[in-house]
Amino acid sequence: MIERGAESSQAKRQGMSVTDRYSRQILFAPIGREGQEKLRQAKIVIIGCGALGTSQANLLARAGVGAIRIVDRDYVEESNLQRQMLFEEADAARKLPKAVAAEEKLKRINSDVQIEAIVADARSGNIEEFTSGCDLVLDGTDNFETRYLLNDVAVKHGLPWIYGAVVASYGLTLTIVPEHTACLACVFPEPPGGIHETCDTVGVIGAAAGWVTAIQVSEALKILLGRREELHGTLLSYDLWTNRRQGVEARRQSGCRTCVARDFVYLERESASRVSMCGRNSVQIHQRQPRPVNLGVLKTRLSNFGPVQANQHLVQCRVGDYELTVFPDGRAIIKGTQDPALARSLYARYIGS
Amino acid sequence: MITIEINGDSRQVPDRMTLTALLEWLKIPRDRVAVERNLEIVPKGDWDTVVVAERDRLEIVHFIGGGR
Repeated sequence: MIERGAESSQAKRQGMSVTDRYSRQILFAPIGREGQEKLRQAKIVIIGCGALGTSQANLLARAGVGAIRIVDRDYVEESNLQRQMLFEEADAARKLPKAVAAEEKLKRINSDVQIEAIVADARSGNIEEFTSGCDLVLDGTDNFETRYLLNDVAVKHGLPWIYGAVVASYGLTLTIVPEHTACLACVFPEPPGGIHETCDTVGVIGAAAGWVTAIQVSEALKILLGRREELHGTLLSYDLWTNRRQGVEARRQSGCRTCVARDFVYLERESASRVSMCGRNSVQIHQRQPRPVNLGVLKTRLSNFGPVQANQHLVQCRVGDYELTVFPDGRAIIKGTQDPALARSLYARYIGS
Repeated sequence: MITIEINGDSRQVPDRMTLTALLEWLKIPRDRVAVERNLEIVPKGDWDTVVVAERDRLEIVHFIGGGR
């Protein structure tokens, strides 16, 4: 467990005063001294520490949020460095878990802040443990399934959470305050099926992630300071390349399965996908609900990443040290690992989940 | 044909289409978007019955799952 607002930090030993450190933020009238103290007392959790999670953690640790818990299942790779702002070349060379690399960096940025790194895949069986004791949840995930799980856990426990996602130059965000605003399922009742565009297939620019996290973090500060009337209240998107912004009013839906009927299907079932070991050094990912995959489209997409073989029954692609074999019902076998979390991650990156 | 506005652009589309039919006509998968019509989000349950009319202003917001 981490303590809120620790007293004997490196910063204090070095004689840094709270007033100096946060002076520009305290001068900002909606925060002030009182707000700064509220931030010091706050505890948040960031689920997923990639382009979104690193940027959120960076901004919130610098802002002096007292305690930050970071949950991530991956390790740092060279291709992360273009946008995942807490990581350095040495982290990739050491293949450090992202949560651990983030913790090291954040402690150097602001030793006042209590950082708790958790290297884990957020699942229905552990998510309530990760969110417990926190004032809000920030979405830094890379897949739909975990976001519906976050929506369930947040609504169930009345915990605000801030959805944010990014692909290519496009970002999208929605702030959810259970009982007060629409939840994710009010706007999008179900996660999309089939193959999705992801940052690993169509790319992403760091600035688009930065736009999303600027909104998410501003909303987080408003919530932590009790200024909910200043939340933007919309499903908000921006494409930084086409310069098109959309802000559509998100309303609670009387028929919402999650926030009205309180049917928490993602939290209550084991998971949408089952992972099982299959043979030596490979993991199978099996969808509980078949989600048909167009093999032709997948073949074209995967051919950007490595040699692809395909027939009417499957598509197989070699990506780095791994071999991905995908079947028309969405089932996949990931060869080259025995780690279910890594297999899920590769699935999310190249097939989408 | 009628003229409507989709994401800020003027478009000619067939008359008397439901939102479901319009999305099919635009080749947009219905599980990937939220649709606002004349400044109000249309619940997915109403897409089969809401008919698109001349001068409607639609915002079609694409749902994404990336974030790494």
